Amino acid sequence: MNRRTLLATAALGLGLAFGGVANAQAMDKAKACFVYVGPIGDLGWSYQHHQGALAVQEAYGDKVEVTWQENVPEGADAERVLTQMALSGCNIIFTTSFGYMDATNAVAAKFPNMKFEHATGYKREQPNVATYNARFYEGRAIQGHIAGKMTKSNKIGYIGSFPIPEVIMGINSYYLHAKKVNPAVELTVVWAFTWFDPAKEADAAKAMIEQGVDVIASHTDSTAPLAEAAKANGAVIGFGQASDMADYKPSPRVSSIIDNWAPYYVKRVGEVLDGTWTQTDVWAGIKDGEVEIGEITDAVPAEVKAEAEAMRDAIAAGTYHPFTGPIKKQDGSDWLAEGAVAPDGDLLGMGFYVEGITADIPK
Amino acid sequence: MLRLEKRPSPSRFWQGMTPVLAVVLTMIAGGVMFAALGKDPVEAIRTIFWDPLFNAQFASYSRPQLLVKAGPLILIAIGLSLGFRAGIWNIGAEGQYIMGALAGAGVGLAFYPAQHWGIFPLMVLAGALGGWVWAMIPAILKTRFNTNEILVSLLMVYIAQNILSSMSLGLLRNPEGGGFPGSRNLSQYPSASNPELIAGTGMHWGVIAAFMAVIAAHILLQRHILGFHIKLAGQAPRAARFAGVNPTGLVLLCMGISGALAGLAGLFEVAGPAGQISIDFNVGYGFTAIIVAFLGRLNPIGILLAGLLMALTYIGGELAQFMLGLPAAAIQAFQGMLLFFLLAVDLLSNYRVRLGAKVEAA
Repeated sequence: MNRRTLLATAALGLGLAFGGVANAQAMDKAKACFVYVGPIGDLGWSYQHHQGALAVQEAYGDKVEVTWQENVPEGADAERVLTQMALSGCNIIFTTSFGYMDATNAVAAKFPNMKFEHATGYKREQPNVATYNARFYEGRAIQGHIAGKMTKSNKIGYIGSFPIPEVIMGINSYYLHAKKVNPAVELTVVWAFTWFDPAKEADAAKAMIEQGVDVIASHTDSTAPLAEAAKANGAVIGFGQASDMADYKPSPRVSSIIDNWAPYYVKRVGEVLDGTWTQTDVWAGIKDGEVEIGEITDAVPAEVKAEAEAMRDAIAAGTYHPFTGPIKKQDGSDWLAEGAVAPDGDLLGMGFYVEGITADIPK
Repeated sequence: MLRLEKRPSPSRFWQGMTPVLAVVLTMIAGGVMFAALGKDPVEAIRTIFWDPLFNAQFASYSRPQLLVKAGPLILIAIGLSLGFRAGIWNIGAEGQYIMGALAGAGVGLAFYPAQHWGIFPLMVLAGALGGWVWAMIPAILKTRFNTNEILVSLLMVYIAQNILSSMSLGLLRNPEGGGFPGSRNLSQYPSASNPELIAGTGMHWGVIAAFMAVIAAHILLQRHILGFHIKLAGQAPRAARFAGVNPTGLVLLCMGISGALAGLAGLFEVAGPAGQISIDFNVGYGFTAIIVAFLGRLNPIGILLAGLLMALTYIGGELAQFMLGLPAAAIQAFQGMLLFFLLAVDLLSNYRVRLGAKVEAA
């Protein structure tokens, strides 16, 4: 499902005005470049984007040259890296972290003939900038269901990276679905303020386990939280994040959210090759195959597994939306009425917790 | 058999030569590493050291970027070197850099959207002050309670990072940013921005400040009694006390200068290349500057060259990553080798290498 979101009307206007005007020349050979925030060996977020890059190479062979740079800090350095990439003759550059947003738009302004694809952002200030994201909150709903059913201490945890809407909606979705099957459940959120720092992530997991948390979901990029959970000898479970993290099967990793960027990358690079690339804003989910639910292991009882899989299938079929009313905000005010489904704009700008979460979003 | 013999005084020849030798050794060892990774070592070294400066495709952009990257490194390293010479170890420049940026950006954003020529100078003052205050905490704790400034200044970095997170999520958050963390972009606010002064040169006020700091530090150390005191305190603390050096004053002064310069670097960075306060605004300049200070032998001119060299390995390293597919970790190892070899060959300026058995001293 490719659709424009309603978040930024100004950006949307730009998109409509310029989308389709893009360069319509086909080319014989294209250079596709990728910028990663972590190392490609993080086995999580950056690793998964790199799998997408490799799929592009696989799909087009000699017609595409793929290059990448890992460990690029968000901020001033990103702008330089992007400029150097553009100078090296990239035809399309994928910038795969939220913090590259301003740099992507700034460099795109200087290289109007190149295409830029920014992951998880919302600014499309130039006609040659497209944005794309995945509906991770759909996967969080399934994790929440499993967490609510599996917790024995009724304490579940979530390791947050940065308090941005993408993460907050993940927390809300996780909590709502745990609460639905287990009204006694309590959620602990620990903020790591990093995307990738195995030591910090492990510390966060350790702190939660000490507080009695026995199901941990994480929104950071490494396998460290699972490694920490593994030390509890089966008493603590968690989920693979961004990547399947299958090394920790069957427990502590009982399931996972897998970001599958490959179809999108192959499609977009193909459009550059045949000259049909236009500015878009894509937010794809389970239905489109961009968010995959990794195998639910036997550590989860068969009935819970069946329920979780039924939810996955309902989301894929479009018959269930993880944010369906009635839902109140944390402060008790109404958000969604009975049966109402959250508009994408609300989700993309989400800056509040839902009712029942006792933590505060850091200010 | 090889053995070492202490020189009566450090060799001037080797003091000058060791950095060059270290670079050459780094190239050789790095080349071996790149070859082991299956890349052409000559091409890799050329991409790192030559292409950013002379490759037709990149040089016109990369050369000015060298100044942008080296500017904050030099500015911070100059301040640190004064303290290091006096045996005062400020390891927390990263935190002072953050606090300078926060103070400076805070002043600028407080005036938004007013346009006035006086706003930027005020931000510069606030930036220096922010870094100075943050450095004064370990300095006063040291002079009053004899705490260890290495530990305190380092731990203050983590406090500063948390304040940075809090500021980008709360007080300084862009009210028009759709709930996303991070301040307004100062580069889009003319009165508060630190733009490239001459297009295509990379020159911004921070680079100019770095050059000025190099000159000022050079004069201070060569011509001023204070410079003499700093050197004396480091080389012979007891003699310094007899010469009338006030150790408390020296700690406050050296920590203060290094904090203020780090704060300035942060301010120029946030108003210029970075543009905004964000959660991960700091990228380690404060720590890398420690390497730069030692690579430059704590000498202002040396620091200038070392800062440029360090910037070159960053920018060249980035080119090598995406042109040749070298992993980021290999580039970091390469940079680490530089410091390693420098410290190793440093031995040569203090010791003579002799062949044969030890001769009894006469």
